[in-house]
Amino acid sequence: MHSTLLRLVWGLATVGLAGWLAFTLANPDADRRVFQPGALTDGHHQIELACESCHAPFGGVRQEACLGCHAAELEAALDSHAASIFDDPRNAADLARIDVRACITCHTEHRPEITAVMGVTLPADFCAPCHETVADDRPTHRGLSMDTCASGGCHNYHDNRALYEDFLVERGDGGLETFAGALPPRETWVSWDAGERAPLTAADADAPAPAAGDRALIDAWAGSAHAAAGVGCGDCHRPEGTAWSDDPGLSACAACHELEPEGFLAGRHGMRLAAGLEAMSPAHARLPMRADARSRTLGCGTCHDAHAVDVRPAAVDGCLACHDDEHSAAYADSPHARTWARELSGEGPPGSGVSCASCHLPREPRRVAGAERIVVEHNQNANLRPNEKMIRDVCLRCHSLRLSIDALADPALIRRNFAGLPARHVASIDMALSRRE
Amino acid sequence: MYGNVRDSSAAVDWAVMMMLLVGRHRLATAVLLVSVLVAGCGGGSAGGGEPGGISPQAMADALHTVIEADRTVYARHVVNRLQDQEQVIEASEHWQDDRTLPLPAQMFRMGAELAAERTDRFRYALLSKWPVNAQNAPKTEMEAAGLVAVAADPSQPFYGTESLGGVDYFTAVYADVAVAEACVNCHNAHPDSARDDFAVGDIMGGVVIRIPVG
Repeated sequence: MHSTLLRLVWGLATVGLAGWLAFTLANPDADRRVFQPGALTDGHHQIELACESCHAPFGGVRQEACLGCHAAELEAALDSHAASIFDDPRNAADLARIDVRACITCHTEHRPEITAVMGVTLPADFCAPCHETVADDRPTHRGLSMDTCASGGCHNYHDNRALYEDFLVERGDGGLETFAGALPPRETWVSWDAGERAPLTAADADAPAPAAGDRALIDAWAGSAHAAAGVGCGDCHRPEGTAWSDDPGLSACAACHELEPEGFLAGRHGMRLAAGLEAMSPAHARLPMRADARSRTLGCGTCHDAHAVDVRPAAVDGCLACHDDEHSAAYADSPHARTWARELSGEGPPGSGVSCASCHLPREPRRVAGAERIVVEHNQNANLRPNEKMIRDVCLRCHSLRLSIDALADPALIRRNFAGLPARHVASIDMALSRRE
Repeated sequence: MYGNVRDSSAAVDWAVMMMLLVGRHRLATAVLLVSVLVAGCGGGSAGGGEPGGISPQAMADALHTVIEADRTVYARHVVNRLQDQEQVIEASEHWQDDRTLPLPAQMFRMGAELAAERTDRFRYALLSKWPVNAQNAPKTEMEAAGLVAVAADPSQPFYGTESLGGVDYFTAVYADVAVAEACVNCHNAHPDSARDDFAVGDIMGGVVIRIPVG
């Protein structure tokens, strides 16, 4: 009798547990972290509850899922190891050792114990299978360990646009110079299809009470580019006859600003929204964040004041309102911060100041609507995958290539927000120049 | 000797191949290909295909005719003319950065990769015993033997079969000739080139075409 009762309890518990697991697995709104075999990387943990973003049901990770988010940046990076390069039978023996055509060969998720920088889960000498004889052709590489190819600041697996040999030779003369430079002016581009409109004034504000009575809000809007372009309260808060919303959200902005939300949704700030989850919050972050920011959620309005339409506060204040890591905290006393202060005061010319956005939301040339324009990349992480991505469009505006490469390879200097000179030296430029002598 | 590429999807394969080639190449070259394929399908191909089919050799020869024609046109009438003769625009390895023309070898490789994205019925590559990029040196025994053979007698393609990654391939190697000054000037001056004494008309490497068989 006693054992029968135990069996019954055991059976019911088993069925109950199985049912709960099945329900949890099938329910996209459930907390499914119980199924995770290990923690996700810093780049994906934000969407850990959106399993379908990467996994096929009862299947593995879909290559298409990786490419859905990363293909465009790989193409823009002129990927040095594009899968198409290897898709030839002559590479069969190499691919049998390491099939580099699949992202997960090098980037296996849920394996924190073997995950290194850039989410790489192979041993650091992963270049060896194909390049172990490199020193035969390049005497400069003799004696170098294969685990330093991608970790020494000389090479990246995918993006070598600022590291390839001819680039180093062309721009490698000189020392650690810094000169007076400036970022190019931003070119605002909106997909505004309502035609030309007359500028609006405070008297034209069509907001209902109580917003209509908020003079500061109305005056900020009346002095903004939105009012000057004829964009009234209802265009954002009550688009196309919908009910008034105090918080219009990203879709209202995206109705005119196509490019910026696209970048935002691709980066760590917006990728939760893109995956159908609730917005990212500092509470979800792994980086140190200010305690008083934990309840904030990220959307366009988190950094931008849509009424004032002054992007300068978003360039530094918007970041430091949440970020509280060593690099961020060191900004205020950094040489870059001094240039930003000079630009804000009018002492420095436009573009001469270096804000957080200068490096992390960079102004990049992009072909938009048939013309090349300088637009702001709102994927704030794109320039850090790897950090040498920022050399061409950002660092070289004011610094020599030699200083840029050395500085970005010095973690301590990065933590100090570039206060001082690099303590590390990457020999790549010296090697490249020596081959041309 | 070689397995025929004559299966249930043969008609589709030819259509795919034709679309690929016609889409990228000059009409005249496509017409030439059509004639070769029609001859092959009729059983009279150079490779001795069975009636109603086309042999891998005939298919490889036809592909090479188009590839070589386009490669020659690009090297002579685009790169050599615009860079070396009229000096309008250069061709360079980092052509996106430099806003220049792609090098002929890059043009070749980009075409090969694009074709590979669209069909797995054939692959082609440009290889050399003296490559600028070490990855383009011969890797398989067939490639090594083929490059030696076509360098010794450029008029005769090298044919054979090999098994790579568990798949059997008919492999053909054709001589790649320096058709313009632009070819030899660039290869002779490149710091990664294994030779600096190429002359127009020299064999610089080989075009390798693989067709899965069996």
